[in-house]
Amino acid sequence: MQIDLPVIWAAIISFGVLVYVVLDGFDLGVGMLFPLFSQRRDRDIMIASIGPIWDGNETWLVLCGAALYAAFPLAYATLLPAAYLPIVLMLTGLIFRGVAFEIRGKASKTRHLWDLAFSCGSAVATFSQGLILGSLLHGIKVIDGRFAGSPFDWFSPFGMFCGLGLMVTYCTLACGWLIFKASGDLQLRMFVMMRRLVLLLVGAIVVVSLWTVSGQPHVAARWFAPANIPYVMPVPVLVAVLAWAILSSLRNRFERAPFLLTLGIVLLGYVGLIISIFPNIVPPSLTIWAASSPPVSQRFTLIGLAIILPIIIGYSCLAYWVFRGKVEEGEIAQH
Amino acid sequence: MSADALLLARIQFAFTVSFHIIFPAISIGLASFLAVLEGLWLKTGKTVYRDLFFFWSRIFAVGFGMGVVSGVVMSYEFGTNWSGFASAAGAVTGPLLTFEVLSAFFLEAGFLGIMLFGWNRVGPKAHFVATLMVAVGTLISTFWILSSNSWMQTPQGVEIINGKVIPLDWMKIVFNPSFPYRLAHMTLASFIVGGFMVAGCAAYHLLHGRRDPMAKTSFSMALWLLLVLTPLQVIVGDQHGLNTRRYQPAKIAAIEGLWETEKGGTALNLFGIPDLSAETTKYAIQVPHLGSLILTHSWNGEIQGLKDFPPENRPNSTIVFFSFRVMAGLGMLMVLTALLGLLLRRKNQLYETTWYQRLVFCMGPSGIIALLAGWITTEVGRQPWVLYGVLRTADAVAPLTADQFGISLLVFVCVYFVVFGTGIYYMLKLMRYGTLPLGATHFETSKHAAEYPAFARSALARPTEAIDQ
Repeated sequence: MQIDLPVIWAAIISFGVLVYVVLDGFDLGVGMLFPLFSQRRDRDIMIASIGPIWDGNETWLVLCGAALYAAFPLAYATLLPAAYLPIVLMLTGLIFRGVAFEIRGKASKTRHLWDLAFSCGSAVATFSQGLILGSLLHGIKVIDGRFAGSPFDWFSPFGMFCGLGLMVTYCTLACGWLIFKASGDLQLRMFVMMRRLVLLLVGAIVVVSLWTVSGQPHVAARWFAPANIPYVMPVPVLVAVLAWAILSSLRNRFERAPFLLTLGIVLLGYVGLIISIFPNIVPPSLTIWAASSPPVSQRFTLIGLAIILPIIIGYSCLAYWVFRGKVEEGEIAQH
Repeated sequence: MSADALLLARIQFAFTVSFHIIFPAISIGLASFLAVLEGLWLKTGKTVYRDLFFFWSRIFAVGFGMGVVSGVVMSYEFGTNWSGFASAAGAVTGPLLTFEVLSAFFLEAGFLGIMLFGWNRVGPKAHFVATLMVAVGTLISTFWILSSNSWMQTPQGVEIINGKVIPLDWMKIVFNPSFPYRLAHMTLASFIVGGFMVAGCAAYHLLHGRRDPMAKTSFSMALWLLLVLTPLQVIVGDQHGLNTRRYQPAKIAAIEGLWETEKGGTALNLFGIPDLSAETTKYAIQVPHLGSLILTHSWNGEIQGLKDFPPENRPNSTIVFFSFRVMAGLGMLMVLTALLGLLLRRKNQLYETTWYQRLVFCMGPSGIIALLAGWITTEVGRQPWVLYGVLRTADAVAPLTADQFGISLLVFVCVYFVVFGTGIYYMLKLMRYGTLPLGATHFETSKHAAEYPAFARSALARPTEAIDQ
C-alpha cells in the first residue's frame, strides 16, 4: 500500500496547530487577564510564569506556517491572501506583546504603556486568530488555485464571534495555568474566575457549533448523518463531562486538574473542527490532495521532521521541566 | 495586478526584511560571543567574563525577542504578499524554511529561557550547554535561510512543470553554486556586526573614562576578533564576486555600472551615476584594468556589460552601484580600523588613544550598515527575477489590491518604527548604562551560585564596575 503523504502531513500540521493553540493559548491568555490584576506583584508573577517559555510556544506558529508552506503551498497561497488583514493584525499584536515582554522589565516611566501593549497585543492577536478561524469555517473562494474572494470576506458576525470565542478559550487556559503556577491570594482569585470562564467557554463552543451547522449544510450533513452519529456524538458529550469535571475540581481546589481538563476541552473543540472540514484544507473546495506540494518535497521534509520533531519535543519538555512548579521568588524580579 | 500593487508589495517586503535582518545578525554575533564569555568564565573563573556575560545577555535578549517577532511576520509574508511565489516555488523553499524552524528556531527558543532565567534552576555546566545550544541554533538558522536565498539566486536541482518547481535533487538544491560563498559571507558579517557593536560600546565607555577590566577586556576581545575576521571577509567577498560573475553576470554589470562589454581589460568605476535610460554611467571616475583585475583576477579579463542583456532583464544599476560601494567602502574602513588597533596595541596605547576610540565608537553601527547595503545589492541585483531566470517578481505577487498592500504597509511602517525603534533605543540604553543586571544579583543569591567559579570573590553588594557612574 502506498503511504498517503498528504494525510500524514495534514495530521502533522493539525498536531502543530493544536500544540500552538494550547501553548501560545495560555500565554496569550495571561496577557488578556493582565488588565484585571492591577497589583505590580501579581503582574510580575503572571509574566514570570510564562517568561522562559513563550518564545518556544510562539515557534509552533512559525512551524505551522512553514509546514503549511512546504506541504500544502496552494493552501498557504490561498488562505493567507484571503485572511490578509486579520493576519497583518495578528502579527502586529504579536509584535507588540513580544517586544513588551523584553522591555517592560527594563522600563520604569513607561512600564504602564508596555503593560498595555502586552495585554492589547495579546487580545488583538487572539481575536485575529479567531477571525482567521471564522473565515476558514465559513469557506474561502478559490478559482484556479488563486484566492478569488473580496478583501473583506473574513469580516462577518460569525468571524467576530469566533474571535471572541477564542479569547474566552485562551483566557480559560491561562486561568488554569495560573492556578497551577501561582499561589496564595492570586491563585484564589484565579479559582473564582475560572468558574465563570469555563461556563463562558462551553457557551461559546455551543454557539459556534450551532452557527456552523446551521449555516453550512454539508457540515450539518456530516455531523447528523445516521452512520456518523456513533463516531461524532462522543465529542459534545465529552465536552459536557469535562466541563462538569472542571467545575468540581475547582470546588475541591485541585491545582492541576483545571488546566489539564481545559486542555481536554480545547482538544475536543479542535477535533470537532477537523470533523467539520476534513478532507478539505481550505473549505469548501480545496482538498489536502489538491493543495499538496510534489511528493518529493513532502517526503524530504517528512524525513527531517521525523528525526527532529521528537528531539524538539524532548527538549521543549525539558525546558518546561526546568521551570516546573510554582514561580520562584527570585524569578519574579527578573522580568 | 496593478503596477502600484507590485511596487507596494516590494516596498513592504524590503522594509520588513531589512528591519528583520538587523536583529538576527546581532543575535548570531552576540550568541557566539556570549558562549565564549561563559566558557571563559567557567574555565578561568575571572569575574570580568561573568560580568560581561550578564551585561551582553540583556542586550542579546532584547535583540533576540525583536528578531523572533519580526521573523514571524516574514514567515507569513511569503503567503500573504507573494502567493505566486509560494505556489510556484513552495515545493523547494517551503521544506527549507521548515528545516530552519525545526532545526534552529526551536533549539534557540527552547534553550533561551534556560539561558536567561535558568540560573536558579540548573547547574553551571547545564547552563553553559543551554548558552551553547542558543549559539548553535543561530548558526543552523543561518545555514538554512542562506541556502534558501542562494537557491533563489542560483537555482538548480529542479525541473519546471506547468510553471511549478518540482525538486529533483535535494543535495543540489541545498548546496547550490552560490551557497558556500553566501553562507560564509553572511556568517562572517554577523560576527563582524557583533564585533563592532561590542567594540563601539567599549570605546564609548573608554571615552568616558572607564578603565575597568570590563571595558578593557571587551574592547580588546572585539578588536582581536575583527583583526582576524575583517580581512577574511574581504577575501570571501572577493570569491563571492567571482561566483556572482559566473552565475549572475547582469548583477555584476549593474554593480559596476558597466554598459559595454569591453575588449582588452575593463576599468573600475570608483564613482559615477548610472543612467538607466541613457544606458551610460555619468561622471565616471575610472581606474583602468582594475575592474578586470578584481572580477576576473586577470589584467585583460572580459566582463559582460549591461547592454548584453535585454532591458527587461536588467537590474536597477543606480541602486546596486551605490549600495555595493557603501558596503565595500565600509569593509575597507573596517580592515583599516582593525589594523590600527593592532598597531596601537603593539605600542601599548590601545586604551589611551582618544582619537582611535572615537573612530571605533563611530564604527559601532558600521557592521549593520554594511550588512544592509550588501543585502540590498544582492536582492536588488537579482531583479527582475524572484527566482533567478525562472520566475519574475511581477508574477510572484499575490492577487491583492493596491489598497490592501498600502494599508498593511502603512501599519507595518508605523508599528515597526514605534516598536523596534523603542527596542533599539533600549538596547542602546543598556549598552550605555547597563549595570550588573538583576539576573546577576539574583544569581548571586541562588542555590546554584556556589557551584560557579569565582563566585566567592565577587562582592555581593557592590554594584560591580557600575557603568552608569
